[in-house]
Amino acid sequence: MNPIKTFQKGGVHPEENKLSADLPIQDFPMPKQIIVPLGQCLGAPAECIVNKGDRVLTGQLIGTAKGFVSANVHSPATGTVAKVDVVMDHTGYYKPAVFIDREEQDEWVEGVIQTDELLTDIKLDPKQIIDKVKECGIVGMGGATFPTHVKLMVPEGKKAEYVIINAAECEPYLTCDYRLLLEKTQEFLIGVKILMKGVGTSKGIIGIETNKMKAIELLDKTIKEHPDLYAGIEVQPLKTKYPQGGEKQIIKAITGREVPSGKLPIETGCVVVNVASTYAIYEAVQKNKPLIERIVTVTGKSVKKPGNYRVRFGTPADLLIEAAGGLPEDITDIINGGPMMGKSVSVTNFPCMKGTSGILLMTLKEAQDRRQTNCIRCGRCAKACPMGLQPFLLHKVAKLNDFDETEKNHIMDCIECGSCEFTCPANIPLLDYIRYGKAKTGAIIRARNQK
Amino acid sequence: MSYQTLLYSLAVLGILGGILAAVLYLVAQKFKVEENPLIDEAEACLPGANCGGCGFAGCRALAEACVKQAAEKGNIDGLACPGTDMNKVAAVLGLTAGVFEPKIAVVRCNGSCQNSPSKVHYEGADICAFANTLYAGEGGCSKGCLGLGDCVKKCNFDALHIDKETGLPVVDPDKCVGCGVCARTCPRGIIEVRPRGKKDRRVYVCCSNTDKGALVIKNCSVGCIGCQKCLKECPFEAIEMRGNLAYIDPAKCKACGKCAKVCPRGSIHAINFPTPKPEVQTEVKPENTVTA
Repeated sequence: MNPIKTFQKGGVHPEENKLSADLPIQDFPMPKQIIVPLGQCLGAPAECIVNKGDRVLTGQLIGTAKGFVSANVHSPATGTVAKVDVVMDHTGYYKPAVFIDREEQDEWVEGVIQTDELLTDIKLDPKQIIDKVKECGIVGMGGATFPTHVKLMVPEGKKAEYVIINAAECEPYLTCDYRLLLEKTQEFLIGVKILMKGVGTSKGIIGIETNKMKAIELLDKTIKEHPDLYAGIEVQPLKTKYPQGGEKQIIKAITGREVPSGKLPIETGCVVVNVASTYAIYEAVQKNKPLIERIVTVTGKSVKKPGNYRVRFGTPADLLIEAAGGLPEDITDIINGGPMMGKSVSVTNFPCMKGTSGILLMTLKEAQDRRQTNCIRCGRCAKACPMGLQPFLLHKVAKLNDFDETEKNHIMDCIECGSCEFTCPANIPLLDYIRYGKAKTGAIIRARNQK
Repeated sequence: MSYQTLLYSLAVLGILGGILAAVLYLVAQKFKVEENPLIDEAEACLPGANCGGCGFAGCRALAEACVKQAAEKGNIDGLACPGTDMNKVAAVLGLTAGVFEPKIAVVRCNGSCQNSPSKVHYEGADICAFANTLYAGEGGCSKGCLGLGDCVKKCNFDALHIDKETGLPVVDPDKCVGCGVCARTCPRGIIEVRPRGKKDRRVYVCCSNTDKGALVIKNCSVGCIGCQKCLKECPFEAIEMRGNLAYIDPAKCKACGKCAKVCPRGSIHAINFPTPKPEVQTEVKPENTVTA
């Protein structure tokens, strides 16, 4: 095993609570009707290309990407399009979606290999790989849902040296990536090979936190067993510390390089991809399977049956909660994603999407809004900030709507990890104000650049 | 000796001063900024307190805005100094007196705690602009008031307050000058600045939701569903549909109040009308209170 590495600046260590770590992935049965939102990625929502009454097959393209930062949407089931309407997503806003009345039997579109057989030969060339990733609508499945093909297109003049697989899963509670690593090890490693070929490098590093020793050992063992097949892939254990899985933090930890302010990771010669996305890339490139399902962790301290489910997109979240033993009584907060970066939901029947990594049910004790007091200038937030910012200052100037000052103090470098808020002894909602300031400052900067 | 020194220094300084004065004069001529003299005149009518109450950085900024709008649109609607009779400014700009119509902010949402009961509870920064990016609202309406009071914080006249009963901002008609700062602040564009109307009577649609009726009904008992009954009822063609939302054009509205009576949802508010006959009991609010 390689020596343990970590990022230096800041970070916190919340209680891990990986309750569902030992529970194998189960296939989740699809409901009668599934509702597929068209905007499942960061950026522009896809444009619907099916009409009411059309029969769609599993894996058929139903929404085409609109614009550069956008991803295709495929039908997760076989059935008839009931309507193209709006549906409430987890925020409570109405978003365009395709309603599909499902047929019992799954009928895949042509060209998809449905067997579980491991395909090790990578037949496509780098350009074809990127095109395939784009075609299959693959996005960053850690939660940010940034279209992966955009990441893989290395701009001219830059060179990708490393492919870094973000397997840190530093969010407490979530175990979907960990389970995938354990159960689909070989497929995942082929996915890494595909990525390496796609961006044209011979080095692939998998960064995993040390609280997932089983996965580290298993990956090490598998790579040793097939030294030729997995040449160039390395497993790098990382210290268990939040936000180890932040893109900038994992680059710093593994390569020692720092992404310059306002620049993309490719500046440091790194392409960082999430575990679930890597597996999806394997499925897309080797089996021609578009992205229509993902692993979702349903968990929480008072949940009767936490679990990891393989869920087709468009399955309402309340069915998952039901499968986990129903909504316990002491639940006050339902979170889409992990406890640190996930967002509270307004409705429970929102459809699962590409970015739904977990559904977390928080008890009153955990989620209670503690009494907010005045800032005592202890500086803990500044110490915890992995980006070296001063959250207490940013919070204050954002509150005063002084967006010149927020920009001067690099609010745009904030990765919104929430370490500051987590550590604040005065319970100030620092991140809320910083997010507000960041949104406003970003809008001002964009308006200025357009001139 | 000392006499000569004195003379020399006087001469040198005198010549230097002369040259520099000439340079300054030339530069001032060359780089002179041509400004509309009306701006100065308009500014002279304003109090010069630079309170920012008009929503501009100071009195001069307001004067500039007045001159600009007068040149472009031929009116100074929506520009108001709380401490001055704007008719004076209008007169300076060559607009006839009476062009300036007193205005007031109206909150076009009635999704109070009773009409649009909370489904979720929000805990976080009390900034509407932030909450707007996070979720639809406690009542579930994605176009309705979030009730965190960005408008209240921005108002320079203490004319807006959140009503604790309804959770909605209430405009104080005595204090509101119709400057429109609140309307520009609201992330959902719920607040609109409308003419006060004759005898302070005005009619407006108290809803901003352009969604389909079925979606509106889910979350709110008083939201506009776009049934267009008011549109058919209006004798002056003052009502238009914006998406699935009726909008009363204040320029055409004669404040007859007929639309308010036919509205099946009670979304149209008629303010300051005399108390109706007993059979119509809905929309009319107590004297001098704008309940939103």
